[in-house]
Amino acid sequence: MQEPPDSIQQISLTAPPWTDDNESIATQETHPGYALQMHQAESFINELLARADARPASGSLLQYLCLIQRQYSCIPETTVHVLAERLSIPASQVFSVIDFYTFLHRTPRGDFDILFSNNITDRMLGSQALFGRLCQILHVEPGVPRADGRVTVDWTSCTGLCDQGPGMLVNGIAVSSLDEKRINEIAEQVENKTPLKQWPADWFEIKDNIQRRDILLSDQIVNGSAIEALINKGAENLLQAIEQSGLRGRGGAGFPTAKKWRFCRDTKADDYYVVCNADEGEPGTFKDRVLLNSYADNLFEGMTVCAGIIGAKKGYLYLRGEYLYLREALEETLQQRRQSGLLGNNILGQEGFDFDIDIHLGAGAYICGEESALLESLEGKRGIPRKRPPYPVNQGLFGKPTVINNVETFINAAKIAVFGADWLRAAGTEQSAGTKLLSISGDCERPGIYEYPFGTSVSQILADCGAADTQAVQVAGAAGTTLTADAFERSICFEDLATGGSFMVFNQQRELLAMVKNFSDFFRHESCGFCTPCRVGGALINDLVNKVMVGHATQLDLEEMKNIGSLMQQASHCGLGATAPNAVLQTLEKFPDIYTARLANRSFEPAFDIDAALAPSRKITRRDDPGAHIAYEPEQSSKP
Amino acid sequence: MSATVTFLLDGKAIPFQDGDTVMDAALRAGEYIPHLCHNPEFTPHGSCRVCIVEVNGRHYSACTLPAAENMNVDNSSEAIMAKRRSLLQMLFVEGNHICPACEKSGACQLQAVAYYTRMLSPHFPHFFPRRSIDATHPDIIFYHNRCILCGLCERASRDVDGKNVFTISGRGMNSRVIFNSDSGKLGDSELSISDRAASICPVGAILPKSKGYQVPIGQRLYDTRPISLVGDSNIRRNDKT
Ligand SMILES: Cc1cc2nc3c(=O)[nH]c(=O)nc-3n(C[C@H](O)[C@H](O)[C@H](O)COP(=O)(O)O)c2cc1C
Ligand code: SF4
Ligand code: SF4
Repeated sequence: MQEPPDSIQQISLTAPPWTDDNESIATQETHPGYALQMHQAESFINELLARADARPASGSLLQYLCLIQRQYSCIPETTVHVLAERLSIPASQVFSVIDFYTFLHRTPRGDFDILFSNNITDRMLGSQALFGRLCQILHVEPGVPRADGRVTVDWTSCTGLCDQGPGMLVNGIAVSSLDEKRINEIAEQVENKTPLKQWPADWFEIKDNIQRRDILLSDQIVNGSAIEALINKGAENLLQAIEQSGLRGRGGAGFPTAKKWRFCRDTKADDYYVVCNADEGEPGTFKDRVLLNSYADNLFEGMTVCAGIIGAKKGYLYLRGEYLYLREALEETLQQRRQSGLLGNNILGQEGFDFDIDIHLGAGAYICGEESALLESLEGKRGIPRKRPPYPVNQGLFGKPTVINNVETFINAAKIAVFGADWLRAAGTEQSAGTKLLSISGDCERPGIYEYPFGTSVSQILADCGAADTQAVQVAGAAGTTLTADAFERSICFEDLATGGSFMVFNQQRELLAMVKNFSDFFRHESCGFCTPCRVGGALINDLVNKVMVGHATQLDLEEMKNIGSLMQQASHCGLGATAPNAVLQTLEKFPDIYTARLANRSFEPAFDIDAALAPSRKITRRDDPGAHIAYEPEQSSKP
Repeated sequence: MSATVTFLLDGKAIPFQDGDTVMDAALRAGEYIPHLCHNPEFTPHGSCRVCIVEVNGRHYSACTLPAAENMNVDNSSEAIMAKRRSLLQMLFVEGNHICPACEKSGACQLQAVAYYTRMLSPHFPHFFPRRSIDATHPDIIFYHNRCILCGLCERASRDVDGKNVFTISGRGMNSRVIFNSDSGKLGDSELSISDRAASICPVGAILPKSKGYQVPIGQRLYDTRPISLVGDSNIRRNDKT
């Protein structure tokens, strides 16, 4: 069995070389990504391991790779071999991890690595035109570093800025509210080699955008009070209170939280772990971003209470790579809590109540939000979902009993500890006690965070956020439910519409097929590749959606999409593949016209696409004018 | 003696022990459930999904499903066979499987399971991926074109040979097997022809060199009898080298 990683939190992840004022930016010939010598690799990795003050542990592999990527804008091969040796793992394991995560690269990206968020809501706000414009003025090809190594411009999956999009990441740091003016200014900064630190601060401002508060966001607790409640009431009583409150997981699936904690507590082991799932990868979801920004103390309080109940000494916050900009403040909060005796040894003076939390950063992989893939990632591996049983509560991180909960779940638990079970029970429905944070985006006047008691109807929510003339609502993200207008009386709760919180609104003017295509592209890109139906089926169904888009599909193709989709639902190894075809299948049923309107008037059309086949010729001749095309060509991102 | 516990596989009672999966118990009872990534020597994987079965209206991979008393498992209805055919077709179009030009033809489990499920065509459009061949090893040749990502070579090399020669890398359709060596070439790895990993591949991706057509076509493992009777080509056999 592998050893758990020690803390490497002392390493600052927020100081990439380009932010140093006097940093000269390397050109391609001298780029360390190509020319890094063995002794340089060795000394850099020694520095990492020394600064980390950590026992070399393969569990920290992903963290080291994130740091190397930030240093060299790629993972130079020399560093792979040194790292493999130091961590006593095969070099091929290191390569396999690099190739799995979108934000890690074997060859250098541009010194400015610009990634546009590719969610449908960003597109609805004009991201495609802005992407095209930036590529044009910087003279770059999508996904390819410019010849001087200065910049890359590419797409990435939803970055969680849907309420203030279009969004992008520049060297991992989020920039919001893009428009043509800002794009022009960004291009200027890139051409002038302006270090990121000197870019206007307001570009990096991410607003909380809380539009509606209910009990969770308004009823404040004093730091430490939930831990005191645990000490005063005792673990068993507090667990019963959480049980009575009816708290269910807020990540989407709604598993009873107390039951999960009890299963873990009742498993005999010498070590236990608490893990917070802050991977928030579901397209259209951004409520954890806000909770991490403004309610971090409550989150850590909830994790500490959980640790006290199950007997964990160590916790991890799995923070999605897209939220790198939140990390520094989160580390500060943790540090303050250590100083206040709310973390560390003998918490609040209780002999033997030891617990601390480390932040682990993701690197661009939606699948790592799936709890067992997240554990694999925390162990320094590719994020491949485990088979079940065993369940994480019995054999989780490093084989030890582990509780994994969503950010919002832990915050609810902390407040229940202070206010009691009835506090939660007072809101919501019989089977869904309490409230749910919704991340609302798309066609509405006031996008942002809305907290509602469970049981609130979709029509009420649409009215509150200023949505008019609504054609469809996508609840629970790309993997969720597509609602037609006649279903707007349905309500948000586990009995009806279960959701992690994504709520995207589409008005009558929107082409819904663009949404379907966007989600299908997303799942093809994000499939971990482990099992056949999701890996291959997801690609086949995506090709068929594209065939519909270009007007080449026939009725037969629609039947084929249904067959592949239902096989994916039934045969996939994990929830990703099982839900990936949802948008296709539901729109085929509820919005058949968006497909039939584009069908070729024949019973059969070959899958061979002559225009796509011409792409290599276009590339060689550097032509992309209409005369070099035979039909529409779907754009693609450069990484998997 | 305590009464044996059983579950039903296509209506037939199959005895099982504590900790058995449906696959374990079925194979022990001499019942065939089609599979590719499974091999009784190794911990179950559940990636190819070809062993899909239906229990109470829900679908599972038999190789990872714990056996439970009185469970009623559908292993051979036309609906289940159709799903398996589609999964196999997906594997065929994902890679480049030119059976007539493959040395493994006739002893290949992918081909044999396709025959067993009566798969008549690849059905889906081919992806025709560009994949390479690694012929750097003196005794072994590796065809990425034929790899179905079953992970058996990875498990065999790590768990039996203790070498970690093979690793599945990448994500989604870009997943592929890579080799653990300084150059990344198979020839520079620690792989030896006598390793378990060298003979574990269910398809023609890992083949011994200079052994072409030793067994003539027509006399190969699955040429006269189906895989349901003959069993896997990659299990340890006394009568085979
Ligand atoms: C593909 C996939 C992605 C997921 N992403 C997330 C996520 O980003 N955040 C999250 O909390 N749960 C996510 N989940 C659900 C988790 O597996 C798990 O159920 C959840 O973290 C449990 O916490 P809860 O009980 O507090 O909801 C995802 C599940 C799947 C199948
Ligand atoms: S369903 Fe998709 S994401 Fe899940 S294990 Fe299979 S390939 Fe991976
Ligand atoms: S090479 Fe063979 S054994 Fe290895 S993953 Fe591919 S198909 Fe399986």
